[in-house]
Amino acid sequence: MDQKKLAKVRKVLLGRNLSEGIFGRIALYGLLIIIGFVYLFPLIKMFTYSLKDLADLVNPVVEWIPTKLYLENYLTSLIVLKYGKTLLFSLSVTLIPALLQTVTTSITGYALAKFKVRGKRLVFALILLTYLLPQQIYMIPKFVLFDKLGILETAWSILFPATFGQGLSSAIFILIFYQFFRMQPVALDESAEIDGANPYQVFWKIGVPLAAPAYLSSFLFSFVWYWNETYISSLFLGKELYTLQLKLLNFQSQFNLATGISQTMTNEAIRYAATILIILPVLVIYLIMQRWFVEGIDRTGVTGE
Amino acid sequence: MLSIWALGFLAFTLYPIFTSLYYSLSDVVLSGTGIQITFVGLANYRAVFSTAAGFSFLQAVLDFAIEVLVKVPIITVFAIIIAVLLNQKIRFRGFFRAIYFLPVIIASGPVITQLVNQGAATIPLVEQMGIRDWIDATFVPALAHPIASIFDQLIVILWFSGVQILLFIAALQKIDRSVYEAAMIDGAGPWESFWKITMPALKNMVLVSVIFTIINLATFSENPAIVHIKDNMFALETGFGFSSAIAWLYFVVLAMILAVAVLLLSSFGKERRRS
Repeated sequence: MDQKKLAKVRKVLLGRNLSEGIFGRIALYGLLIIIGFVYLFPLIKMFTYSLKDLADLVNPVVEWIPTKLYLENYLTSLIVLKYGKTLLFSLSVTLIPALLQTVTTSITGYALAKFKVRGKRLVFALILLTYLLPQQIYMIPKFVLFDKLGILETAWSILFPATFGQGLSSAIFILIFYQFFRMQPVALDESAEIDGANPYQVFWKIGVPLAAPAYLSSFLFSFVWYWNETYISSLFLGKELYTLQLKLLNFQSQFNLATGISQTMTNEAIRYAATILIILPVLVIYLIMQRWFVEGIDRTGVTGE
Repeated sequence: MLSIWALGFLAFTLYPIFTSLYYSLSDVVLSGTGIQITFVGLANYRAVFSTAAGFSFLQAVLDFAIEVLVKVPIITVFAIIIAVLLNQKIRFRGFFRAIYFLPVIIASGPVITQLVNQGAATIPLVEQMGIRDWIDATFVPALAHPIASIFDQLIVILWFSGVQILLFIAALQKIDRSVYEAAMIDGAGPWESFWKITMPALKNMVLVSVIFTIINLATFSENPAIVHIKDNMFALETGFGFSSAIAWLYFVVLAMILAVAVLLLSSFGKERRRS
């Protein structure tokens, strides 16, 4: 009898696996919340600090909740970043290349998945090579090439490579589309062909609509990666054109330029406000489209088969 | 339909790659009228090992190698743990997933730099609870410093593991639940199930995740080695030729690190199968 009772208590407390039993549950949720907090901590800190005025900043008692709602930091940042204008330019070198890149990589992926192409293995090897080879190796000749073409320090230096499937992480997107189109049943294409559709119609009328989720995921990732990219854009866009990220990178000089005050270090509240303003667009998109981001990775096909 | 890609590949990848090789063997001088390229053989590569600019680049590469050695195992282990936790039957799974993936969306070079500079990337608890003191007291100084720096950078390290978590979740979801049930009936506990069922199923994904992590770290825009390549492009005493040379050396080092990682991981896999 006692034995049975003991076993029952054990089962309630420990369970048969991690997610059952009281101890297991407490440990599980405890870990998830602690690690989750570690992830959120910088964001929370950034947000509360961005609302502090100078008095709050130096006051050691005020840690998490500012004494009043102080929005001056945001106003300053909006002016320093020239937010409206810079946002528009940022979008033009992120949204448009993301769209172009998605279209081109989908076409490439489709061709590799559906047609018998000679040297397919070679093409795959080259695509993987573009992923493994650090951009930095061919940045310099690209720089010279763009200079010769006269597109250096214009948005075209970002748009051109994207159009031709050589944009940011293009290789990954080609593989996503390849995997996705390969899984579509061939019977559908064949029946369309029997009904007289040419390959382009098959692509437009059958391939594209069925691959809508892949298009959405690829576009979103492409957009976010372009948004966060600074190395290539800082090199190709030159000293005159600034994306929001580049403004943040050079925040101090931008601040001095915009306000006419010469400081070596602005207070952190203003910097945090600027950082929040810069992650805001992607943050909003992420919160709305969260599902598609998370599912996007599952589709890459790197997951095994 | 492949032609768009092929055209782009030739113009924006293949041609630049070969030009870069040629530059790395040349002295490239930019002037008002254009560029002058004179073939100089291996001089640029020799310069890497004999000039101040070269030495500071080599130091950056060494730092990068150590960074990989420290961060890749941490990221991989953390990602597996979090993925296993998230794969349990829990409430608010979507909510937790959303949090853990958040950094992938917002972590750009400048944003991370801001966080690190302003101190938002360190957990105050590490200082307050005396973890730092405990580390200093427990380990010899040579070990204490790297270990403490891991704690200091913990948030940044965790912030780099979003994609890896998703990779592992995807792999975990492919495991048939009935395998666990069968193991349970045979008397296996959660611990045993994890090592005998979960880990073998994740083996391939560990490889994918490690490769992804290394490349991600290698191409991160604030990586000092990469910053060197860009800075030397426009530096007076070095220029495009030298810059191309260190870019290629960097690639060789990266390829070697990748090869070692792949060899290590696949030999571990074999060992386990034999036993």
